[in-house]
Amino acid sequence: MPSMHEADYAEGFAANLLQAGQGKPDFVVGPNGKGADTRFGVYRNNVSVGLINALTGMFPATRRIVGEEFFRAMARHYIRSHPPTSRLLVEYGRDLAAFISGFEPLAEMKWLADVAAIERAWLDAYHAADAAPLAMESLTAIAEDKLADTRFVPHPAARLVRSHHAAVTIFSANRLEREVGAIDVGTAEDALIARPHLEVSVRTLPTGGAKFLQSLFDGHPLGVAAETALAECPAFDLGANIAGMIEAGAFAGIRQ
Amino acid sequence: MIGRNQSAVISQRVFPASRHEGRAGAGLKPEHLPAILEQANAVGFFEVHAENYMGAGGPPHAALTRIRNDYPVTLHGICMSIGGPDALDRDHLARFRTLVERYEPALVSEHLAWSTHDNVFFNDLLPLPYTERTLARVADHIDEVQEAIARPLLLENPSTYLQFEQSTMSETDFIREIARRTGCGLLLDVNNVFVSSTNQHGSPMDYLMDFPLDHVGEIHLAGHASREDDEGEILLIDSHDRPVADPVWDLYDIVIRQCGPVPTLIEWDSELPQWPVLKAEADAAQAILDRHADNYLLGARHAVHA
Repeated sequence: MPSMHEADYAEGFAANLLQAGQGKPDFVVGPNGKGADTRFGVYRNNVSVGLINALTGMFPATRRIVGEEFFRAMARHYIRSHPPTSRLLVEYGRDLAAFISGFEPLAEMKWLADVAAIERAWLDAYHAADAAPLAMESLTAIAEDKLADTRFVPHPAARLVRSHHAAVTIFSANRLEREVGAIDVGTAEDALIARPHLEVSVRTLPTGGAKFLQSLFDGHPLGVAAETALAECPAFDLGANIAGMIEAGAFAGIRQ
Repeated sequence: MIGRNQSAVISQRVFPASRHEGRAGAGLKPEHLPAILEQANAVGFFEVHAENYMGAGGPPHAALTRIRNDYPVTLHGICMSIGGPDALDRDHLARFRTLVERYEPALVSEHLAWSTHDNVFFNDLLPLPYTERTLARVADHIDEVQEAIARPLLLENPSTYLQFEQSTMSETDFIREIARRTGCGLLLDVNNVFVSSTNQHGSPMDYLMDFPLDHVGEIHLAGHASREDDEGEILLIDSHDRPVADPVWDLYDIVIRQCGPVPTLIEWDSELPQWPVLKAEADAAQAILDRHADNYLLGARHAVHA
């Protein structure tokens, strides 16, 4: 058995790295009997600043909305309650939208969690597998009586984020360093995030589109998906929706 | 049979053969890509952090494929956690291996450090005590990595800020023994030597004289920041956010005079400058490599015929 001291160097180090108000572990020292509080603090600072910087890079619109100082303070809470478990930082921040929903100082910005969800989906789309998007010709080549039974293969980069607020408009206005005008936050907007080639695009789906697309993504045939969308939204326009989704790059193929 | 066929396909070269020997390179940053693509032979090679290319697809892979068509690439892992008590993460090791196969890097390196413990990833290069027990575990971990990637790994010496009461051997003794046991090569970070020696009240020259220089397959140079420790004395931080410091250049000159033209990387990871500034640092390293290359060849020839 290793001695407690030796086997636990990582345990003792790790326990003091992230949480507030921790000092150095007993077993680290400076050279020639010097203190090691500041020295251990270098690692604490590296860990916190590294993770907070990662989040500021992943959620630029969210950060712009709440401000740099607020975002970093919030991120400090987040990294302590939700430290990363993957070695790939691009996987980090999946719980940030849910965290924002429950973060009391942001209770009045009910739409902010959806903006963060779109930003997280943007990052997924950016790093997703490459695939050629479905061409409109592939669909028009299908005999009319087979259309209802046609199923669509989701594009690896395509993501759907539903919102009761104007999340797409708020996201788009704040993602770039442009002036943000007045936005009616009460308009519900569903986002389709896609990357058919190298550029990620985020667009608002027309009425009923999210229900329809989710049904297709779940593997249902076109006929079933259209009925589902029509049941929720009588004004659902099948032709306009399918054309817009194919143009956006939501699909990688069709199956019959 | 399927396995054999696959490995036969993998061993076919997709990219041009690497000519990185005696060259200076730079860390590849997406921000610099447009400026790099405007030049031919901008630097000798580019180094990438493995974890930045572990996504499935998208712009990172498109950019790296483009660069790899024109340049040798070296692969530098950050998060293997070779120095930790936990077992290596099999999934991470598989991703690392996939990158080695996909991009045919000229050199593959990792750190003498740990970054994950008990399923929490700290995103930093954390230190370990130097004992017989940690030596055995690090050697096992390196054996595992080298087996997975089917080639030698270069292990990098760390920047350190403190010491462990548990340590029973020096860092150089530890690293020398690791190289002996595993057959791994070494990545000598000269800035880390300067930072650690200053922070540990040692002499960087003593460190270098004690370092197994004959195992060095790559060199790193970077800038560091300066703070104060508990007693108000200098504590250097391995910040990679500025030009290489003059005393580090001096040490580098000594190392190259001793080792010959070892491929050398300029690391610059935050407060990124415009590309020409980073390229100028790489050019400065190249000038030192070139200056000693002739002497070294002469010396080597003399040695052979002696």
